[in-house]
Amino acid sequence: MLPRARISFSRMALVHLALVAYALVSLFPVFLTLINSVKSRNAIFRNPMQLPTAETFDLVGYATVLKQGDFASYFQNSMIVTVVAIALVLLFGAMAAFALSEYRFRGNSLMGLYLALGIMIPIRLGTVAILQGMVATGLVNTLTALILVYTAQGIPLAVFILSEFMRTVSDDLKNAGRIDGLSEYAIFFRLVLPLVRPAMATVAVFTMIPIWNDLWFPLILAPGEATKTVTLGAQMFIGQFVTNWNAVLAALSLAILPVLVLYLAFSRQLIRGITSGAVK
Amino acid sequence: MSDATLFQDAAGVARRPRRWHIAVFLLPAVLVYTAVMILPLVETLRLSLFNTVDGQSTFVGLGNFKVLFGDARWAADFWNALKNNFIFFAIHMLVQNPIGVALAAMLSTPKLRFSAVYRTAIFLPTLLSFVIVGFIWKLILSPIWGVSPYLMDLVGLKSLFSPWLGKPDSALIAVSLISVWQYVGIPMMLIYAALLNIPDEVIEAAECDGVTGWSQFWKIKLPLVLPAIGIISILTFVGNFNAFDLVYTVQGALAGPDKSTDILGTLLYRTFFGFQLQLGDRSMGATIATVMFLIILAGVAFYLFVVQRRIRRYQF
Repeated sequence: MLPRARISFSRMALVHLALVAYALVSLFPVFLTLINSVKSRNAIFRNPMQLPTAETFDLVGYATVLKQGDFASYFQNSMIVTVVAIALVLLFGAMAAFALSEYRFRGNSLMGLYLALGIMIPIRLGTVAILQGMVATGLVNTLTALILVYTAQGIPLAVFILSEFMRTVSDDLKNAGRIDGLSEYAIFFRLVLPLVRPAMATVAVFTMIPIWNDLWFPLILAPGEATKTVTLGAQMFIGQFVTNWNAVLAALSLAILPVLVLYLAFSRQLIRGITSGAVK
Repeated sequence: MSDATLFQDAAGVARRPRRWHIAVFLLPAVLVYTAVMILPLVETLRLSLFNTVDGQSTFVGLGNFKVLFGDARWAADFWNALKNNFIFFAIHMLVQNPIGVALAAMLSTPKLRFSAVYRTAIFLPTLLSFVIVGFIWKLILSPIWGVSPYLMDLVGLKSLFSPWLGKPDSALIAVSLISVWQYVGIPMMLIYAALLNIPDEVIEAAECDGVTGWSQFWKIKLPLVLPAIGIISILTFVGNFNAFDLVYTVQGALAGPDKSTDILGTLLYRTFFGFQLQLGDRSMGATIATVMFLIILAGVAFYLFVVQRRIRRYQF
């Protein structure tokens, strides 16, 4: 028994070593950006690896960002687009998933296939015609354009995941509701929706990340100052201030922080969602 | 339709009232999806068969494709972008996915402590936007800042440092590796989930037969997670054609130096939207998008009809 325990101990140590090393590789660039964003220009270049000390602590970068860039408004735009798009994806996706999983009707599986097409084909391939359509309807440089695109982009995966989960909701429960005289709408909103809430959270996270981080559609559909999202705003700001390292690092940190806070708050649910829902 | 079927339909409707709620449930999703995604996609495919001749939009058949594949002004850029796209994909398959599998295998070691911490840390970059990731690495790899030479000096490799992003030979590899750094969390998570799904009895049976450690991983676990590896490969393949943001952020729309990092995404952007002195060309943009569409279709079809059928699935 003893030799085996020793072997597994040394193997365990190796595993920890490798994982720590890779975790450092993952975290180091983020860490480096955050510590240097609060240092003076000289300190950034002389000692990039050093933690900020009382002497080198300097918020000049953040001051530039707050003065020059309109980050509060970018942030607001990103929030509006992301929240509204997620709400629509969840509502429309859940409704369609319910129809597909609950009722038997002609064309059911064909409809399911049609909606699933979008999982594999990136919506970006249609950008030429999307831009044309948005110009024709006067939606260029509005948040509505982005919300519409992201809603369409999110629906296929939402329908796919949610209909898998809705199949597991017990029929007895729904039939009991029907006997009690609930309408089909009431059954959906009052009985089924609350039961698939965990799956909705998974879908929300999967939908949120690509929307918040997208550069392509804001760049093409809504590049105007009033509709810039954080991602596009940071991109343009950094492009302008490329030689001002304090400002660049501060802008990067401001873009990282909301994601970091959200991630640390929800990482357990997120990881559970990925490891349970996604691969089935 | 014959009278008999009409009659049957009428009887069916009479037996059960029209279930309007099904349409109501489906309508919003189908409407938005069709109007904003499917119709533009179809319209883009259609546009690729048209071009402006004497100020009029005219049907040119496969003329645009001929220009894209053979005309001196377009062909060089197109084949260059296509080649780079495949290198980009190959680096992901050869580096990102094996690292992801290795990390997942280590994470799934039984009774591993801090595994949640490792998972959280390694998955973090995946959540950051390309813009953030691109600029951070641009700074780190910049010879002006000197972080990379300093770090390489620690392991005695300082002489190997060079401004990788600025050299045509190494820029594409550097950009691909940045993307690998960012996205390694996805294969890791999916494989990790697949490994956790392997029942304990299978592992115990293997241990009773003396199959442990490395050979257990190769002979038992890896074959069991092959379907997940297949899914990851196809995700990587499709994601490849979305990889515009990183190149745009790190190297600009011209995908420098000397178009060495130009991929189909950046080529599409420059072509249809225009950049600097180049005017936007809708027809050629649609043509490039159509080519990307066909490549993705071919890849997905290959996966569905060839790869997925060969992979043996085990039911527990």
